Amino acid sequence: MKSLHISTTINGDPVEFICDPDEPLLDVLRNRLHLTGAKEGCGTGDCGACSVTLNGRLVCSCLVLGAEAQRAEITTIEGMAEGDQLHPLQRAFIDGAAFQCGVCTPGILVAAKALLEKNPSPTDEEVRYWLAGNLCRCTGYDKIIAAVQVAAAEMRSA
Amino acid sequence: MRYMTAQSASAAAMALAEEPGKSRVLAGGTDLLVQMKAGNLTVDLVVDIKHIPGIRDIVPEAGGFRIGAAVANAELREHAGVCQQWPGVIEAAGLIGSTQVQGRSTIAGNLCNGSPAADSVPALVAADAVVRVAGPDGTHDVPVLDIPAGPGKTTLNKAQIVTSILLPARPARSGDAYLRFIPRTEMDIAVASAAVNLTLDATGTVTAARVALGAVAPKVVLVEAAAKAIIGTKLEDAALSALAQACEAACNPIDDKRGTIAFRTSTAGVLARRAAKIAYDRAQGSANAGASK
Ligand SMILES: Cc1cc2nc3c(=O)[nH]c(=O)nc-3n(C[C@H](O)[C@H](O)[C@H](O)COP(=O)(O)OP(=O)(O)OC[C@H]3O[C@@H](n4cnc5c(N)ncnc54)[C@H](O)[C@@H]3O)c2cc1C
Ligand code: FES
Ligand code: FES
Repeated sequence: MKSLHISTTINGDPVEFICDPDEPLLDVLRNRLHLTGAKEGCGTGDCGACSVTLNGRLVCSCLVLGAEAQRAEITTIEGMAEGDQLHPLQRAFIDGAAFQCGVCTPGILVAAKALLEKNPSPTDEEVRYWLAGNLCRCTGYDKIIAAVQVAAAEMRSA
Repeated sequence: MRYMTAQSASAAAMALAEEPGKSRVLAGGTDLLVQMKAGNLTVDLVVDIKHIPGIRDIVPEAGGFRIGAAVANAELREHAGVCQQWPGVIEAAGLIGSTQVQGRSTIAGNLCNGSPAADSVPALVAADAVVRVAGPDGTHDVPVLDIPAGPGKTTLNKAQIVTSILLPARPARSGDAYLRFIPRTEMDIAVASAAVNLTLDATGTVTAARVALGAVAPKVVLVEAAAKAIIGTKLEDAALSALAQACEAACNPIDDKRGTIAFRTSTAGVLARRAAKIAYDRAQGSANAGASK
């Protein structure tokens, strides 16, 4: 298999990498670029633990080829905090104990941020539908929804 | 495996035609990459069509809309014109997977993957959408109903690609709707589904209708007898019962743990009945919306 040389932008920074043609973006992020925030829960698009944005759209990075990142813009959980300053969603998840093992958390934060950019005041039902592709085996979801709403309220008043 | 991005439909068709091994088109990858990862599909060449100029555009055409084959469902749902004209197609496309899957998946991919349970396909058949196919011999237009050939199979040959799907213009007082049954509330594959597209006259009588069912046969079924059952009626109970009966008669489903033959069959009838009522209300609403403008 011939390796590909890809130039892309991740969290605003230009990045170059070499990957196999059939290598998922998730594997590139984790194994080649050491951005291990995105997790592989299933590898088949069902769990959302690998969520990133690709050209502004929320996607599962396990179902994107690394090759497709060529000249694209990607954001990952690693780009969410500004230096030491956590994003309101990150703070709300810590303050509200909205995770236990944490495997789902990076994907849920990336997904929730995409929601609030589109819809700054979602109903609980809208949050649940938007996050239906983000599975959590620990929390039972209630604290996740509550934390998203806390962050949304804070961001609206900012 | 090799990966290439095609810069034109003819370049894509050429590369697909010349590949001696197994080749596949890549749109959103939400079926293709899952199948490749599962190990039941080894591909020698993947042709990414998303960089073909115009293939991500939605363009008004002859009173309808031409939807590029690489328009992601999330983008489709944000298009106010299509949402207003074809709400049933939009609700079907909107059911495909999670927010993340919506960000990548396409209706053309949904069609070309050939699943009998593909959600957008019955709605596209009810809409009488027209598929534009490009191949080494040029481009031609095909009714959407002619594409599916059975589970995982289409009538396209290995060098043909879908470049766009045309949702046609529609008369005043028209409406469409799509419903599916799944055992959960989200993220599941249809056990049975129904799409209805109809047009009314000024008195509220149905003058034209198309009814299509998903997940109840090896491929999508257009049920002409069901359309006949409601044409000339105002969807009175007798007409709706005749519609449901015609739908049941058209079913030839699989029997599995997610739905028995009897369950899938009667569910298809119930869904068609409900979808017809929603389409009817939308047709009347579109008449009112038109009048108030
Ligand atoms: C978690 C998850 C949930 C899902 N839920 C649903 C659901 O609820 N309902 C549903 O119907 N589907 C569902 N799917 C399946 C899938 O998302 C849809 O079928 C989707 O519409 C496929 O589109 P795509 O662009 O991703 O296709 P791809 O995966 O890119 O392609 C699918 C197939 O079609 C071929 N193809 C694609 N585009 C073209 C073209 N333009 N010309 C010729 N051939 C082409 C490809 O070669 C491939 O064989 C789900 C998938 C996942 C991962
Ligand atoms: S790892 Fe990508 S959706 Fe589960
Ligand atoms: S906190 Fe463990 S999966 Fe969500």
